[in-house]
Amino acid sequence: MKLTLKVWRQKSKDHKGSFENHQVEADDHMSFLEMMDVLNERLISNKAEPVAFSHDCREGICGTCNMVINGKPHGPSKGTTVCQLHMREFKDGDVIVIEPWRAAAFPVIKDLVVDRSSFDRIIQAGGYISVNTGQAQDANAIPIEKDTAAQAMDAATCIGCGACVAACPNASAMLFTSAKVNHLALLPQGQVESSRRVRAMVKQMDEEGFGACSNTGACEVECPKEISITNIAAMNRMYMGAVIGAQDQV
Amino acid sequence: MWILNFLTSSLGKKLIMSLTGLFLIIFLLVHLIGNLQLLFGDNGEAFNVYAKFMTTNPLIKTTSYGLYFFILLHIVQGIVIWLTNKSAKQSRYAVAPKNTSWASSNMATLGIIITVFLAIHLWQFWFKMKIGAIPPVNIGGEEYTNLYAVVHEAYQNIFFVIFYVVSMVVIGLHLSHGFQSAFQSLGLNHKKYTPLIKGMGIAYSILIPLGFAIIPVWMYMMH
Ligand code: HEM
Ligand code: SF4
Ligand code: FES
Repeated sequence: MKLTLKVWRQKSKDHKGSFENHQVEADDHMSFLEMMDVLNERLISNKAEPVAFSHDCREGICGTCNMVINGKPHGPSKGTTVCQLHMREFKDGDVIVIEPWRAAAFPVIKDLVVDRSSFDRIIQAGGYISVNTGQAQDANAIPIEKDTAAQAMDAATCIGCGACVAACPNASAMLFTSAKVNHLALLPQGQVESSRRVRAMVKQMDEEGFGACSNTGACEVECPKEISITNIAAMNRMYMGAVIGAQDQV
Repeated sequence: MWILNFLTSSLGKKLIMSLTGLFLIIFLLVHLIGNLQLLFGDNGEAFNVYAKFMTTNPLIKTTSYGLYFFILLHIVQGIVIWLTNKSAKQSRYAVAPKNTSWASSNMATLGIIITVFLAIHLWQFWFKMKIGAIPPVNIGGEEYTNLYAVVHEAYQNIFFVIFYVVSMVVIGLHLSHGFQSAFQSLGLNHKKYTPLIKGMGIAYSILIPLGFAIIPVWMYMMH
């Protein structure tokens, strides 16, 4: 199939970007990233600058392959990352508009690559459990109810890609942060530090310049892991309880 | 101070939005029930007696100061959130995403229209009454402010009738998202109850504005 790509090109954070048009020949079996590879190989052989885009695992688990395709973060297929998106979702003659994540807290580094280190700093603020000594105990030694374990697992599938922020009209990071807060707080090992964790992570999230949540639900529509906004409600509850009840300051 | 840090955090700001919003939701219901007395066809007797009660009863007077404060807080906080959210997004996509309801991503626009409506609405009725510019009427040997006459006169003007009806549509849209959103902001999301809350939100955002809109239309048609 013949496609017209309108790709966002931007030299660096401080340059103004604009769209560039390219024609590409792709086939049904390619993934979206392979189609981008075809484009880049041609650009390189023509001694032009290839389109910068980030990718790593190409199997939907690392969360680096981030682009907004025709207004949809991760493209038209539900519950898939760009690397798992197949070209059979498109047809001959399509015009495909490709843009980077847009959010003040995700500045563009180059073309389609954005700096998501704001997410790393939210994790560093509290998205972990402290295990200070000894060996991990046998997993079955602590009984966890099946439903709770499933909820924690669902939240833990968040790959930190940032599509939720990209989709949100307020560039809010509530879906990501709440997924991380909940997957830890739901389990006994993570419960211990949950009050401090939720306060520290929300504080960091605000400091990074993400917007406030208007409950539009755009995030859960676009999330490749289909994380639910019930996580946001759970974090709201937990945060209020933690701030009001805590004896220490974060 | 922890409480200030809390109330100025993004979640704290939303807590204020949802609590003030829920207060306004309750107010609208009470306001509508009172105003339906305009339709009694008794030349406004019941309505005027009710209006006097609402402006003189100490408990209601105290609550009304709360109302003024909460409305202002909701408006100011809403605009603050809107501005910070705009700067958090910075730039828009060339292809507009279609993943939200229109109302949910235009709450501030709807809110600003409501603010304009409120200013005109308060000027027309509330302010005139406060400065004593409304002539009295005698009901059963007692003097009452004839607020009914002012309302009646206003609704003989087709432009005011249209303005009120359109404003009610805007409030309905604001609440079509706002009602259920307030519960989500408070962390009240539950498999069993959330569908109920969403249903109530839809019913409320249709029925209450409809009830308000009927009043000017009815009074215009009945002269
Ligand atoms: C008729 C009176 C009003 C009622 C009953 C009402 C109710 C509500 C409710 C329940 C919410 C949802 C709160 C949440 O998401 O937690 C809300 C949100 C909002 N309201 Fe109002 N409101 C009213 C008037 C106004 C006015 C006059 C403004 C003026 C700017 C305004 C601006 C906003 C904004 C910007 C939001 C969205 C906040 C966000 O989620 O980002 N509202 N309103
Ligand atoms: S919540 Fe979903 S969209 Fe957001 S970072 Fe995690 S996986 Fe990506
Ligand atoms: S490249 Fe890892 S999720 Fe797409």
